[in-house]
Amino acid sequence: MRVAERPSAAHEKEASVRFEISDLNFYYGAKQAVFGLNLKIPKNKVTALIGPSGCGKSTFLRTLNRMNETIRNTRVVGNILLDGQSILNMDVVKLRRRVGMVFQRPNPFPKSIYDNVAYGLRINGYSGRLDDLVEHSLKRAALWEEVKDALHKSAFALSGGQQQRLCIARALAVDPEVLLLDEPCSALDPVTTAKIEELMFQLKDSCTMAIVTHNMQQAARASDFTAFMLDGKLIEHNETSKLFTTPQDPRTEAYITGRFG
Amino acid sequence: MSSVRLIWRKSVNAVMLTLTGVAAFGVVCILFLILGYFVYNGGRSLNWAFFTRLPTPVGESGGGMANAIIGSLKLLFLAALIGLPVGLMAGVYLAEFGGKAFAFVIRYTTDLLNGVPSIVIGIFAYSLAVAPVKHFSTLAGGLALGIMVVPITLRATEEFLRAVPGSLREGAMALGASKWRTIATVVLPAAAGGIITGMLLSLARVAGETAPLLFTALGNRFWSPGWSQPTAALPLMIYEYAISAYDDWHRQAWAAGLVLLAIVLLANLGCRMALGRRGMPRSS
Repeated sequence: MRVAERPSAAHEKEASVRFEISDLNFYYGAKQAVFGLNLKIPKNKVTALIGPSGCGKSTFLRTLNRMNETIRNTRVVGNILLDGQSILNMDVVKLRRRVGMVFQRPNPFPKSIYDNVAYGLRINGYSGRLDDLVEHSLKRAALWEEVKDALHKSAFALSGGQQQRLCIARALAVDPEVLLLDEPCSALDPVTTAKIEELMFQLKDSCTMAIVTHNMQQAARASDFTAFMLDGKLIEHNETSKLFTTPQDPRTEAYITGRFG
Repeated sequence: MSSVRLIWRKSVNAVMLTLTGVAAFGVVCILFLILGYFVYNGGRSLNWAFFTRLPTPVGESGGGMANAIIGSLKLLFLAALIGLPVGLMAGVYLAEFGGKAFAFVIRYTTDLLNGVPSIVIGIFAYSLAVAPVKHFSTLAGGLALGIMVVPITLRATEEFLRAVPGSLREGAMALGASKWRTIATVVLPAAAGGIITGMLLSLARVAGETAPLLFTALGNRFWSPGWSQPTAALPLMIYEYAISAYDDWHRQAWAAGLVLLAIVLLANLGCRMALGRRGMPRSS
């Protein structure tokens, strides 16, 4: 197990681990996409997943909230524990309320801004003070000031960056323990990207985050831990600063110095 | 290239262009001819009496088609009640749950059903709803029309549900919505415009069907209260009046034809204006 071989990293993580993944294998039909992955995702920290296109990082991220089950013919073999409980045996609806996801392209519903944020609350059966919860989520997503006077306008009236922050607010509304972000900034401009990285920094006290990113500078800026994947295998996982300054594996070094990928 | 070959080529091009152009123009002409005929002949007979009075005894003038108008409305109501939910639910199944083999079967049989001659559907409804109880009824007519509404509604529902991007479904499911919840609260509302268009167009189409009503609703020269008696309908009245010997009836038939045309045109144009080109079902 790669993680256990690094004493300093292990010490950090044993303090509090949110997700514990052991021996994870994932198949799209007959094709295997993830090979024997072992990883611990620490609580209230940002873990970045980096690697070249097709290395399996998005696939792996989506196993954490079982979104891959929406695709036919997929198979998960291995253990994924959320706070000690296997997510494969858990009710998938309950799992997805604890583990939220933000996607690569903003995907707001064709409803008003208010109804988008309130959607998760409504399907959970919240009937109480929705207004306060909607406001709170929009504030956490750093969008409140820009939309507070236009909550009943269509979500499509917002710009791309605002829509993505709306999707983050929507995901945060149900107060998830974990937020999975699948290249959330790849369709956005640098200014908006900076805003989202800033809000990730503020969120991590209350929310564990795992972010897949193609942008190594983003990983270096915004994450506490980084995991490098290649061809479906986890190559190296360490504190971000250590991984980027002193990578242990030659393949990691080749990737982060831009020799491939 | 010899000049003879060149002239030949150019002539063929010109002839084909003319032929295809004339054919296309002819199509437009047909519609405008029909419209023109009915506006001219029917417009003169369209008066208040047409809409409010019952048919008068044979030979007397001054009657109207009030019962046929109400009858058509009742039949459309029944057709909507029977056909729309079935078409909608089956369309949802096809778009959201269908496996490849079963979906292919449903789609194919729906297309076949769409192609079944309407008189055959009328006979079918006759054997189901008229023969066992030995009388004609509005219900039987509604059943026949309802069967015809199903294929169009189903295909429109399927088409517009498929057009909703998968990212919307993913977004809802990632929030913890079950598959049915996602469909009901996100996908259907997103496709609602197109689906409603398909439903309205299917109703507009069956409004003018005559053959299925011939041995189900039968027709009636009086008011038809309730649902278990034969009822008049606009297409049936046209059928009866157009081949009669009375001028007054002929005029009324023109007027009824104009009313039906107006319903179809208004439904089509209204839907197209409300939704734009991309909002129209491909099959209509």
